[in-house]
Order: sequence, then C-alpha cells, then structure tokens
Amino acid sequence: MIVAVAIAIAALLFVFLAAPVASVVYTAFASGAGGFTAEYFRSFFQISLMRESFWNSLHVAAMSVLFASLIAVPLAYFTVRYRFRGALLVQTLGVLPLVMPPFVGAVAMQLLFGRSGSVNLLLNEAFGFTLPIMQGLSGVIFVESLHYFPFILLNLVVAMRNIDGAMEESAQNLGASGWRLFRRIVFPLALPGYVAGASLVFVKVFDDLGTPLVLGTTNMLAPQAYLRITSVGVEDPIGYVISVIMIAFSALALWLSARILKGRDYATLQRGGGGLRRRDLSPWQTLAAYAWVGLVLLLVLSPHIGILLMSFSRVWSLSVLPEGFTLAHYATVFGESSAMIGNTLLYCGLAALIDVVLGTAIAYIILRTRLPGRQALDWAASAALAIPGVVLAIGYLRLFRGVELPFAEGAFTASWIVLVVVYAVRRLPYALRACMAALSQLHESLEEAAGNLGATQARTVRRIVVPLMAGGILAGFVTSFITAAVELSATIVLSSSASQAPMSYGIYLYMQSIAGRGPGAALGVIAVAVVGVGTYASHWLLERRSADPDAAPAAMPAAATAL
Amino acid sequence: MNPVRVEAHNIRLSYGATPVLRDITLAVEPGEFFALLGPSGSGKSTLLRLIAGFNRQQSGRLLVGGKDVGGVPPWQRNVGMVFQNYALWPHMTVLGNVAFGLEERRLPRDEIRRRSDAALELVGLAGYGARRPGQLSGGQQQRVALARTLAIEPEVLLLDEPLSNLDAKLRVQMRQELLRLHRRLGITTIFVTHDQEEAMTISDRIAVMDQGVIQQIGRPIELFDQPVNRFVAQFVGTVNLFEGELREGTTFASPALGTLRLPAAMSPGFAGAADLAFRPHAVHLLDGDAAESERAGDDESLRLEGRVAGAEFLGEAVRYELRVGAATIIADRPHRRGQDRLADGAAVQVQVAASEMRLMPRQAATPASDG
Repeated sequence: MIVAVAIAIAALLFVFLAAPVASVVYTAFASGAGGFTAEYFRSFFQISLMRESFWNSLHVAAMSVLFASLIAVPLAYFTVRYRFRGALLVQTLGVLPLVMPPFVGAVAMQLLFGRSGSVNLLLNEAFGFTLPIMQGLSGVIFVESLHYFPFILLNLVVAMRNIDGAMEESAQNLGASGWRLFRRIVFPLALPGYVAGASLVFVKVFDDLGTPLVLGTTNMLAPQAYLRITSVGVEDPIGYVISVIMIAFSALALWLSARILKGRDYATLQRGGGGLRRRDLSPWQTLAAYAWVGLVLLLVLSPHIGILLMSFSRVWSLSVLPEGFTLAHYATVFGESSAMIGNTLLYCGLAALIDVVLGTAIAYIILRTRLPGRQALDWAASAALAIPGVVLAIGYLRLFRGVELPFAEGAFTASWIVLVVVYAVRRLPYALRACMAALSQLHESLEEAAGNLGATQARTVRRIVVPLMAGGILAGFVTSFITAAVELSATIVLSSSASQAPMSYGIYLYMQSIAGRGPGAALGVIAVAVVGVGTYASHWLLERRSADPDAAPAAMPAAATAL
Repeated sequence: MNPVRVEAHNIRLSYGATPVLRDITLAVEPGEFFALLGPSGSGKSTLLRLIAGFNRQQSGRLLVGGKDVGGVPPWQRNVGMVFQNYALWPHMTVLGNVAFGLEERRLPRDEIRRRSDAALELVGLAGYGARRPGQLSGGQQQRVALARTLAIEPEVLLLDEPLSNLDAKLRVQMRQELLRLHRRLGITTIFVTHDQEEAMTISDRIAVMDQGVIQQIGRPIELFDQPVNRFVAQFVGTVNLFEGELREGTTFASPALGTLRLPAAMSPGFAGAADLAFRPHAVHLLDGDAAESERAGDDESLRLEGRVAGAEFLGEAVRYELRVGAATIIADRPHRRGQDRLADGAAVQVQVAASEMRLMPRQAATPASDG
C-alpha cells in the first residue's frame, strides 16, 4: 500500500517535474542530429543583448537581496530585542507584501515614484530635482526588494527568537556589548535564518518574469526566455539556453545556502532557557522607532495604496494624486473578468488540495517508514523550488506539445488543467514543509498506541495522524493557495485564452495598455482582497485550534521601570 | 589577583508586584566557596544574576571588592559566570569561545592565544581548541564553559547549577574537579544549586534560601545539626519533624505524637509553638524483647512505642517507616551482614537521644511583607 503510494507520487513528480525540466536541458544541448553540442551556449554569449540580460539579472537579484536586507535586518532586530507595540506592526508589515505579487504594484509604483510620478513631482516643485528611482533596472530592484524583504524578515525573526538568552548574556558577562555583541554573537547565531531568507529572495527575484515585463525592462533573463519562446517559437534553442542558465543559478543559490547552513542548526533555545531579553525603549527611542517603522510601512504599502488609488481614479497622469474618482473600473472588471476570479479560486484551490494530499503522503513516507529511497521523494518535491516558473512552463510546452486530453477536446497545454498541474508542482515544496513540520512534532508513541489498540496503519493515519496534523495541513493549503493565486511566471507562458485565464494573467493583460490600467488595478485590489481574506481566515482557524498559540511569556516589566 | 569579598546589603527586587528577593544581606569572604541553596523560585538564581549584573535591585547595595557595582553593566563587571546550559556559541570553535572575553578586552593577539591555551589546559582540554562545541560531550562542554570564564581572570566566579546537566557519575567527578580548581585559584566562588548534597559536599558555607529570603547561612555541618527552622531542617537532609507546643519546661504537646515528656537534658529555654526535629539515623530501634531488657535505661532519651509500617533497603542501612500513635517516623537502622529486616507490623521501641533532638521555635510561615 505504502509502496504503491510512493511509486505513484514518484511517477507524478517524474512526469510533471523531472521530465519537462529534462527536456528543456536536453533541447539546450542537443544538436540537430541528436548529438551533444555547446553551440547554442556559444551563440547565446555572442548576442550582446543576452550577455547584457545575464549580467542585469544577476545585478538585480544581488542588489535586491542587499536592499531587502537593509530593510529587514534592523526591523527583525527591533522586533526581537525591544519591547514596543510597533513590533506587532512590523509583523503585519512582514506579511502584507506577500499578499500582492510585485508585478501588480509595479505600475502603481511608476505612478508614485516614476519620472513624473507623485514623489518626483513634489520633489521637483519643492527642491527642483527628481530621483530616478524607477528608471530601468533600479525600478525592478526597488519594487522587488520592497516585495521580498519579508522573506528575510520572517526567517530572521524566527531565528533570533530561537537564540537562547544565555548565549547573549554569556557574551555580555565576558565583556561584549552593543554593536560588537550583535556582530559577533546575535547575528552569527541567526545567520541560518538570514541565509535561508536571502537565498529565497535571490531566487525569487532572479526568476521573476512579471515585474520586469510590466515595467518594460526586457533586458533580463526571464523576460528574454519568455519573449524568445513566444515570439521566435518553441523550437528556438536560445530560450532553452536561458532556461538552463536560470535553473543553474537558482540551484546554485539554494545549494550555497544549504551548504552554508550545513551543520549549523543552531536550535540554541534549550530546555528551560528563555529567548533574548527584551529591553525597553526610552521615550525618544520609541518615537524614533515608530517614525522609522512608519516610514518603512509607508514604503511597503505604497504599491497597495497606489493600486487602490489607480482602481478608483478617472485620470491619473502627470499629477500627484488622481484627478477625479470613479467606480467604473470595478464595473468593467465584474462585467468582463468575473470568470477570472472564479478561475483563480478553482485552479488554486485544486492545486493546493493536490499539494496537501501529496505533502501529507510524502511527509508520512519520509518520517514514518523505512522505505528505501524515501529521501529522494523529498529532494524531488523540493527541487521544484529551484525551477523557475518560466522554465517549467517552457518545459511543459516542449514536452507535452501535441498531447491531447483524454476525455475532452483540445491539447493539454492549451487547457486550464495545465495551470492546475503547474501550480501544484511549483507550490508543493511549501505544502510539504508545512506537513513535515506538523508530522515531526507528533510523537510517534501516539501512533504506536493506536496500533497497540488494534488499528491498522491505514486507519491510524486516518484517525490519528491526519486529525493531529490538521493545523499543519491547513497552513500548507493556505500557503500553496495564496502563492499560486499570485503566480505569474508560468501563467503568462501557459495561458492561451482570456476566458480560461486566472486573475493574475488578467491583471497582466490589463496593465499592457494605458486604458487597461484602471480595470487592472481594480482586479489587483480584488486579488489582494481574496488572498488577504484567505490568509486572515487561516490565521484565525489556526489560532482557534490551538488553545494558546504562543504561550504568552509572562510580562515581566523590567526592574528599571518600577520607578 | 587577590580574592575579593562580595557583600549584599538589604537587597530587594521584585518583578511587578511579585517580590523575588526580600531584604537579602550576606557576605561572601574572599576566596570562599559559597553556595546558594534553595528550591526553584527561591530567588537564588535571581541573586546570582544580580551579582553578574543581569538583574538590578530596587533597593540595597551590592559590593564587590568593597566597590558598589550597582550601576555597572554586565560587560564592565569582572565577574565571570558559567551558565547552567553552558551557553557555548555553536558558531565558534572551542578556542574561539575561550578567547572571546580576551578579545573583547582588546588584549594583544599572542597574549590572547597564551591565556586561552592556559585556560584550556587548566580544565584538561588542551588540544581541543579547534573543535566545535557540538562535537564535545556534556562534561567537556562544561569544562569549556569554565575555561571561557576563567580565561578573563574574573574577580568572582559565579556558577549557575553547574552540575545539573551532567549524569550522576560525571557529577561526582566534576564536583571534585571544581573543588580542585578552586583550591588552586583561590577565587571567590558563588554557586547556585537546588541539590543539597552538592552544596554540602563542596561548599565552605551555604546560604539556604526560600521565597526570596535567606533562611540560614552556615557551614554544612551547622546547617545539618542546627537548622534554625523547619524549612532548613527539611531541605538539608531527611528529617522527622513534629509541630507542637512547648509548655512547662520540657512538656511537648504535639497533635501527632500526643503529649510527651522530653528528656530533662534538652532544656530548650523557650516556650510556645515549636518544631521538634531529629534525623532518621539518630533513631535507635529496639525490637520487642530487647526493648524489655533495656527499659530501665537512661533518662537522656525520648522513648516511644511503635510498629513497622514499611521498609526500604538502602544497602548500608534499612530505612523503616514506623507508625507511632498518629505519627510516622522515619528511622535508619544500620544493616549488618546476614541480618533480615523487621517484619511489617512488628512492635518496636523508638529511642532518640536528647543530644540528637532539636527544638526550634516556630516562626510565621511567610516573612512579613515588604514595607
């Protein structure tokens, strides 16, 4: 039974993940006669646009990591170190950007920060100069770092929370304080969290197709891959070369981070130990902290605010704020694109469902059975993280071209089912992590007790394991769902008709024309609302399930405040 | 470096409305090995952390080497602390850990190296410098933590439950090693423990703490033989303890034992609510026949009739649980080879010499609230 399930999962992963990727790699290296050739790579580097795109992608990814770190590291430190109410704000701020994909806000960012955007209009009026924030690559870097810094923030906060207070106190006891204490003890101990977050940001930015496309910056790798495949054709080898390079860099980044993290599992919070001691801020410090958090919040929220303004604005061009407001865009969206909203719910719901079923099964096989080669399932499923959406989509186009659906009319790659499959494959690692975490927290004796009382393995899974994992499964479902809902890279490549497209594609289509910006923004607002409600609902459900989610540490006002 | 004295004068500390330390006054002599002994929540760790500078008292003074260190932050006090879980930094090597404090003191590179090596050698870990803390056993980690602290040559050494994370055998060994190190370095050492055996075996003096109050300070033998109240008597060793009232010199009225005439030799010198205490090993047990023949014994002992209710064989002795009236008395009878234990239900006579009994005036259960 277990073996059959394992084989079925392995087969699915092979057909929908390994094989498409393999076909991409094969095409990039196969000569016309079927032999090996590096000719396509040579011609890739002979095209100056390609060389430029290559360096641009690296530059943008690296700079985005840098700027995201500059935002996230101080925020994380603040949240963990000081006792101030803004910490909750920071936490909220941490998830907000994730509910809206960067490309949605990109146009709004141009209206706010572009050459003749609100900020520069104001600056020019007041001081007579403008900031070229949104010009070319800087625009991409700006938008990406504002959107992806939460990956670093959240990972870093968790890592810092797990540092045993004694780790810091012993350093103080030996004479360290202030910046040196942070640099030598706190940050190195939290490094695994930082590296995990930073590598994720790098990969995300490197793979992102939507943002550069919407901003019109096509001299980067992902847009070039997309343009080659869609304009030159599925047979164009350069598209595959780009794909291989993208896979290589994603894999490299993830491999590097895994290597750095190896043997550095600083789960240092020990039995009976407390976390880092919270400090109180003086009134001035509190004021400064709030001001700074407020500024970051404003920046982070600017795409959201911009999108909201755009969705209600009659005309917004060359002015600080829109001139005139209207609900017409929403009417347009509900008239033209209500099907897209339904499509998103259907596709992402199905994909997330597949993910949690597979995730639970894989987690169980890895953690609870001695099946040979079980670890390979984990690697295979997680490998999806290293495969850029554009690449996987191109692989599908290549491998499944001409494959007809068994019970319906039309090609597999032209149907909506391919979107469900590609979402499920790409988001499986998220659901798998959540399921693994939930299962590893379950003590095995709970299952042994059920077995001892006469339950078979299958019934133990159904009656004991799955109910106890429910929280983790739900978390996995929601993560898969909301990240699939905002996925654009694979969607752009695989969406063939507007009637079957999900919201993300609809927003992208609208944003292509000046006239479509209003409705596009309106659809973006709706997407944010859908995702936001989903996130909130999952938090609510999770918190209702666990009696005390974060066994509130006894508030012990420090002695100094007793005055 | 000459050993220093650590003094606390009327120290009070509370977290919000909860008092944690109430009027702590004590003096640790230069070079002394001093234990803070008490159950969890007694305030002993809080007091230790206060000496290290991690807690701040609301009132009272803390002197180290005669200087008030009240406003000195932890990193400027030269008070070395070994943490209960060792707190070795996993991202540094053993040598990196040991050298840390010296680096923070901006010492020249070669001196850092020399002193780190010396500290590692002192704890018997020379040659382990390149390893990571995770590669060491619990006992070795403990030594690294000790070396790391000793490397900075602190004025005072603080040990927070130093042996609690070690297994029983290692604990005894490490105990000896701590003593040896202390003798060699002569550094004023204060350690916190909840284990009375640990405290008794290695410390020069002990402060027994409960509910944020120092109950008694004394040498181990003093605490064992002359506890000042029932808490100390119970916390240090096993004890038979009876509450009652002392009247007319030597008449002791106890709800559990009835009204007893205590041996005249005891002459308590006070009257009123009191606790009567004696240790199990001080109880002399006579079974039925022997008791008859010795009935006409001295007037220096308390004699009671009882029955055996249970027994534990400890090896060197048999620990009996005896029913005497409404009371239960624990009695240790030395074991001789070939001797069987007394049967349950057997009648026995209990004798306790006057010199082995202690009468303690009973105080209010909790100290008067701070005011």
